[in-house]
Amino acid sequence: MHEIIAKQGLSPNVTRLDVKAPRIAQIRQPGQFVIVHLAEGAERIPLTIADADPERGTIALVIQAVGKSTRDLVALEPGQAIAGIAGPLGKPTELIEKGRALCVGGGVGTAVVHPIAQGLKRRGIPVHSIIGGRSREWVIFEPELRQLGEVTVCTDDGSYGRKGFVTDAARELLAAGGIDMVYAVGPVPMMRAVVNLTRPLGVPTIVSLNPVMVDGTGMCGGCRVTVGGQTLFACVDGPEFDGHHVDFDGLMDRLGTYREFEQRASQACEAGQCRVGLH
Amino acid sequence: MSEKYTTRERLKIDRQKMSEQDPQVRNANFAEVNLGLQEKVALLEAERCLQCRDPKCVSGCPVMVNIPRFLDLLSEGNLAGAAQSLLSDNALPSVTGRVCPQETQCEIECIRGHKGLPVAVGYLERYVGDWAQGHRDQVPMQVAPATGRRVAVVGAGPGGLTAAGELARRGHEVTVFEALHKPGGVLVYGIPEFRLPKKIVEDEVSRLEQAGVKIVCNTVIGRTYTIQELRAEFDAIFIANGAGLPVFMNVPGENFKGVYSANEYLTRVNLMSAYQFPRADTPVLLGRRVATVGGGNVAMDSARTAKRIGAEASMIVYRRTRKEMPARAEEIHHAEQEGIEFEFLVAPVEVVGNEKRWVTGLKCVRMKLGEPDASGRARPEIIPGSEFVIPCDVVVVAIGTRANPLLTATCPELKLNKWGNIVVDEQGMTSLPGVFAGGDIVRGAATVILAMGDGKRAAAAMDEYLKTAPRLSRSAAVAV
Ligand SMILES: Cc1cc2nc3c(=O)[nH]c(=O)nc-3n(C[C@H](O)[C@H](O)[C@H](O)COP(=O)(O)OP(=O)(O)OC[C@H]3O[C@@H](n4cnc5c(N)ncnc54)[C@H](O)[C@@H]3O)c2cc1C
Ligand code: SF4
Ligand code: FES
Repeated sequence: MHEIIAKQGLSPNVTRLDVKAPRIAQIRQPGQFVIVHLAEGAERIPLTIADADPERGTIALVIQAVGKSTRDLVALEPGQAIAGIAGPLGKPTELIEKGRALCVGGGVGTAVVHPIAQGLKRRGIPVHSIIGGRSREWVIFEPELRQLGEVTVCTDDGSYGRKGFVTDAARELLAAGGIDMVYAVGPVPMMRAVVNLTRPLGVPTIVSLNPVMVDGTGMCGGCRVTVGGQTLFACVDGPEFDGHHVDFDGLMDRLGTYREFEQRASQACEAGQCRVGLH
Repeated sequence: MSEKYTTRERLKIDRQKMSEQDPQVRNANFAEVNLGLQEKVALLEAERCLQCRDPKCVSGCPVMVNIPRFLDLLSEGNLAGAAQSLLSDNALPSVTGRVCPQETQCEIECIRGHKGLPVAVGYLERYVGDWAQGHRDQVPMQVAPATGRRVAVVGAGPGGLTAAGELARRGHEVTVFEALHKPGGVLVYGIPEFRLPKKIVEDEVSRLEQAGVKIVCNTVIGRTYTIQELRAEFDAIFIANGAGLPVFMNVPGENFKGVYSANEYLTRVNLMSAYQFPRADTPVLLGRRVATVGGGNVAMDSARTAKRIGAEASMIVYRRTRKEMPARAEEIHHAEQEGIEFEFLVAPVEVVGNEKRWVTGLKCVRMKLGEPDASGRARPEIIPGSEFVIPCDVVVVAIGTRANPLLTATCPELKLNKWGNIVVDEQGMTSLPGVFAGGDIVRGAATVILAMGDGKRAAAAMDEYLKTAPRLSRSAAVAV
């Protein structure tokens, strides 16, 4: 059992849970994730390890409540516990050895960018982060990223930072030159837009993919993605890949597989049949 | 052999039948198909054994279960004795009695089978195994005094669980590390409830726990701990992490929505209980027409599962003929009874989809059988111009699995063969001293009983190894 030690709302639908998982806290590396299994009957959900405190033995999970399963998770309060957390899974981020890095985070993807920026900073790599959200209250992890380097905040409505998409800010920064590697994590259209910016410039770009997963150990193949024409399993070969070779259309499409089920689950949940509600 | 019958009378006893749920009822539920034998029926079937002096059935069994001995005790009504005898050869008889391909192992060798039907060894094994589960106190596990040795087992499938039991019995302190949230391996995520109720596996696991085995789930060796880290902490290790890497067909359209590996399909339904959605949270696409590619147990399980979760048509697509199908005979028979349709001599060449990339069909070619290949089975050849489309909305790919490289990739010291399987010596020891391996990770996708046999043999070899192996000074890095 993994106790919730702290809980914090980061944006209207994004919650941070600090959860006891001492071994994972000790050895996790940037880019890695865990599979969380709340209780018998719950889904197994992959979540990036956004941060860790090895002394306290906790990891930070940043959860966007989009469906029933994620809503069940964010309904947990400190003192309650998650039945199973397996990890750390996936390959660690390929951190550059020298040069300058640009990290682009959109929405909850900003939480995934955070450990990457941490890793880069630890290596002495200067990091510029561009993060964004719809409006001010949707911007997350800004203070944490400010400790690791320069940060540009963008909001769609201009209520905070500069008005516009993260890609607009990225375009300007890349045009100025001097960026050796881009790490981009966010909604699929955002990652695709960043990759389209960096491709003509020849700037290598790593993206983190979030396909549907079940086991997270390479056993089911549900997480398969196409990269450079090859079928790879995101849970063991990724989740980070060379963005210039990722088939984003295919990813986007497969992410829609259970849309109808998600709606049904949410309806059942609203009708009072939520897992946590039953406890 | 009881005194009740003469040999002549004994030869007159017909093979007893297993009662089953009605096919038209069971193809809509997940309860077990086979209902088990009544005690008097089991005893009568046991009387059919002729107690041959050179029992061929025993050599047909991969772990050489002393079949005549337990049947003899059973026929006398000595159930505790029969159970004791059987369990000393086979740790999981309730499981193997249900899933072993008896018709190609023990029963095919049965002398009675030369004229007429063989003794129903599988049914009786199941009967005695189930009896033992219900009468734990009469077949206690004898645990030797503690040796002070710590042993790790990787993977809680049949191979790992068998090794764990054998090692615990010998007084070693055993910890099993399992990647998933539930122990059992293929027995819980792959083989469906209607063939092997989960309760049986849970019972076996609790028996191991009572004998002092510690089972640590959600722990992925190669990620949470490496083999080298375990080596610093445990005096010996047994790796039985299975062959859980699904093979796909490599045809166009395989990433359309509605294409599953059998592993994913069965895991969603079995381990994650997707058939209870939305009471369970994990969904599975409910195809109206489901095409399953393959001819093994995995394919039968998938096709029969599809029917149970509501498919109007569930089809098996297989490149060869019924005769070559590697599935257990009983599973093929049950599938036919349940209304599964079979397309023989057919091979998929493409998954067809609509503009939204949902599966709408499986494009196939017809095959004919040519010369035998390396496996001795006739090699299927394509009949030119024979393309056709099977309309379907879900495709399940059940054409095999390979060694999962996750663990081995993080332990380069382990010698592998060209398929990525771990290489072991006759003792089951890998290229790393004190590290043993068995089951599907060594053999490639094989069978439950072979994995169990490996676990048992390796446990004996590990016990020998531990008699002389140096004692570790532990760092306590692996906190369990
Ligand atoms: C659907 C299906 C039906 C089958 N039907 C039959 C049948 O009727 N009869 C028969 O004899 N055989 C059958 N088989 C084959 C049989 O199940 C396998 O041969 C057998 O289970 C192999 O046992 P194992 O212990 O080697 O591995 P598995 O049962 O595969 O167990 C391996 C375990 O290790 C875990 N693991 C994997 N990697 C790691 C890691 N890195 N760290 C920790 N744990 C890990 C896995 O999660 C799993 O629990 C079937 C297989 C399938 C898939
Ligand atoms: S273990 Fe399998 S092969 Fe051996 S006797 Fe039992 S059923 Fe037959
Ligand atoms: S999640 Fe099952 S293989 Fe990746």
